[in-house]
Amino acid sequence: MKQYKIFVTGKQGIFDPAGETARHALDNLGYTGIESLQIGKYIQLTTDDSVSAEAVKQMCEKLLANPVIEDFSIDETATSATSEIAEKTNAGADE
Amino acid sequence: MSRVDEVRFGVVTFPGSNCEQDAVHALRHLGYRADYVWHQDTNLNDYDALVLPGGFSYGDYLRCGAVARFSPVMSEVVRYAEAGRPVIGICNGFQVLTEAHLLPGALIRNKGLKFLCQTVHLRVEQSVCKWLDLPTGIVLDIPISHNEGNYICDDDTLARLQENGQIVVRYCEPDGSRLPQGSAPNGALDDIAGICNPRGNVFGLMPHPERVTDAVSGSNAGSVFFTAIATYAREVAGR
Repeated sequence: MKQYKIFVTGKQGIFDPAGETARHALDNLGYTGIESLQIGKYIQLTTDDSVSAEAVKQMCEKLLANPVIEDFSIDETATSATSEIAEKTNAGADE
Repeated sequence: MSRVDEVRFGVVTFPGSNCEQDAVHALRHLGYRADYVWHQDTNLNDYDALVLPGGFSYGDYLRCGAVARFSPVMSEVVRYAEAGRPVIGICNGFQVLTEAHLLPGALIRNKGLKFLCQTVHLRVEQSVCKWLDLPTGIVLDIPISHNEGNYICDDDTLARLQENGQIVVRYCEPDGSRLPQGSAPNGALDDIAGICNPRGNVFGLMPHPERVTDAVSGSNAGSVFFTAIATYAREVAGR
């Protein structure tokens, strides 16, 4: 098992109205020092071992992100971490 | 009985499309043949022109039009477009055409974050769009109804659109003059409401001409889009 964490954000200069609104809300709450706030997407992809990082990159370029307006980054997480998360999730479900 | 039944439109329908009935109704009302083309269909040979209607294909999940692009029908739509045959994408259909790279750029969330449902003034620009046989500068009042209609592209693409005459319709003042900079209702770059490909046979626009094709809806300002396509489709088909 492999787990990929994919982060998709608007390209530099692409207007992000949701991020802008959240930033203004933080301003209104009195938080200072914020330079920018960008809202994007987080995609968690779990695969078997046969799926390469290169294949995941292609998935991003083809479907998961739109290269015209979005950048993406991919973090591959260790297999053990994946099973731990799964165990925790299952434990939570039993409670 | 159709008045001009030799022109047959295919209205491509995805799960989540919701303007396909409006489009079919408008086309039939104007005297054309119009059929629904399901997203799994792959035979487009019978159609003289294609309409990609508005709606929320695949729930707008991921990005508007992103999943629809990989429907079985879409590879055939690409082939159809590459053959020079007429394709019009309205609203979500426009988004699908950009995701499919049949048109450049992208449509992102409206600048004001609000879903916009209103009538806008559209100025017909001098363009290479082969259909719109209308005087440059004429103003059409057409409704918009979208959350992601803010057209965007990089500077090079915008320069190319302008140079090639690919900007077909812009949001404008009631008299057709340009809006103050940056004041398109949805924030669209250069007030772009609709563009075509360099060849002029693929046209996408955010406004909904199909909603104003019958006087009972208060106007028939949108009819010209479809009568123009039909005329062009007849030419392409050699009739």
